[in-house]
Amino acid sequence: MSVGRDIRPEDVIPLTAEQAAARRKRNIMLALLLAGLMVLIFLISLTQMKAGLFQRPL
Amino acid sequence: MLMKPRVMSLVIFTGVAGWIVAPGAGDPVLAFAALLAIACGAGAAGALNMWFDADIDAQMRRTKNRPVPSGRVSAEEALTLGVWVSVLSVAVMALAGGALAAGLLAFTILFYILVYTMWLKRRTPHNIVIGGLAGALPPAVAWAAKTGGLTIDPLILVAIIFIWTPPHFWALSLYQKGDYATAGVPMLPVTHGAAETRRQILWYSMALVPLALTPALTGLGGLVYLGVSAALGALFLLLAFKVAGSRAGDGDVVGQVDLYAVAAGGKAARNLFAFSIGYLFCLFAALIMERLAGVHWVVDWQALLAFGATQ
Repeated sequence: MSVGRDIRPEDVIPLTAEQAAARRKRNIMLALLLAGLMVLIFLISLTQMKAGLFQRPL
Repeated sequence: MLMKPRVMSLVIFTGVAGWIVAPGAGDPVLAFAALLAIACGAGAAGALNMWFDADIDAQMRRTKNRPVPSGRVSAEEALTLGVWVSVLSVAVMALAGGALAAGLLAFTILFYILVYTMWLKRRTPHNIVIGGLAGALPPAVAWAAKTGGLTIDPLILVAIIFIWTPPHFWALSLYQKGDYATAGVPMLPVTHGAAETRRQILWYSMALVPLALTPALTGLGGLVYLGVSAALGALFLLLAFKVAGSRAGDGDVVGQVDLYAVAAGGKAARNLFAFSIGYLFCLFAALIMERLAGVHWVVDWQALLAFGATQ
C-alpha cells in the first residue's frame, strides 16, 4: 500500500475558509505552546544548575 | 471547558498552599513550573475524563454542554490532548520538582482516569469516596516538589480534602439525583436513597471538622488557622445537621443546568454544597495568609498542657 505519493489532487477534500482559519489558529497555538515549553525547561535547567555550577571548585 | 477550569482552580489553589506552607525558601521559577505542571496535569485528567465519560455527560443536563458531548471537540481530540498534556506535565514536574513529585503527579492522573473514571464511577457508590484521593493529592505533590520528601503535614492536608470530598459531592448529588439516575451513575442517593446519603453526609462532616483542626496541633497552622477552622467547622456541622434533618433528595429531583439551581426541599443540600467550597477555600487561604502575612503564631500545646497540669 502506498501512502502520500499517490494522492491525487481530486482526492483531497478542500478546506473551507473557516476550517483553514481554525487550523492556522491551532498551529499558532501549538507553536506558542512548544516555544513556551522550551523557555520553561531552559529556565528550570538554569535554576537547577545555578547552585551546583557556582559552588563547584575551580 | 475541556480541562474543567473550576476543578483546576481548586487544585491549583491547594497546590499553591502546599508549596507555600512547605519548609524552605523555594525558587520562584521552580514554584511556577511545579504549579504549572500540577495545573496542566489536573486539566489533562479532566480532558481524559471528558473523553471517556462523553456518553454519560450527554445524558445529564449539567454536563451535556461540555465540549465533547456538545460536539465542539471530538473525543479523539480530547484523548490526544489529555495524553500529551499528561506526559508533558509529568516531565516538567520531574525536571522542576524531582522524581517523588513527578511520580505522585503521574499517580494522581492515572488514579483519576483508571481508578475513578474507568473503574469506580460506573460501578459503585463509593466512587467519589475513593476517587476523591486524586483531587486530594495536589498539596502533597507541591510539598514533595519543594522539599523532595513528604512528612505528616502534607498528608494531613490530603486527608482533609479526601474527607471533604464525599459530603461536598453528595450534597450536590442530593439535588441533582435525577440526572445521575438517568445516566446510570451509581451515586449514593440513587443506590441507597436520600435518607442514607443525608446520614453519610453528617458522619463525614463530623469526621472532617475535627480533622481540619489538626494542622493547628502539628504547627502547620497557627492561631489564625485554628480560629478560621473552628468557626467555619461549626458552621459546616450546622449545615450538615440541617441537611440531615431536611428532606433533600426525597422524591424525584430533576437535574438542573445550573449547578446551584435547586428544587423545593433541596435547599439545605444546596447550601451545604456551596458552603463546602468556601470552607475548603478558607482553610487553605488561612494557611497561606499566615505565612505570607507573617502571622503564623503556632500554639505551644506542650506548654499549655504542662501549665494545665500544674494548676
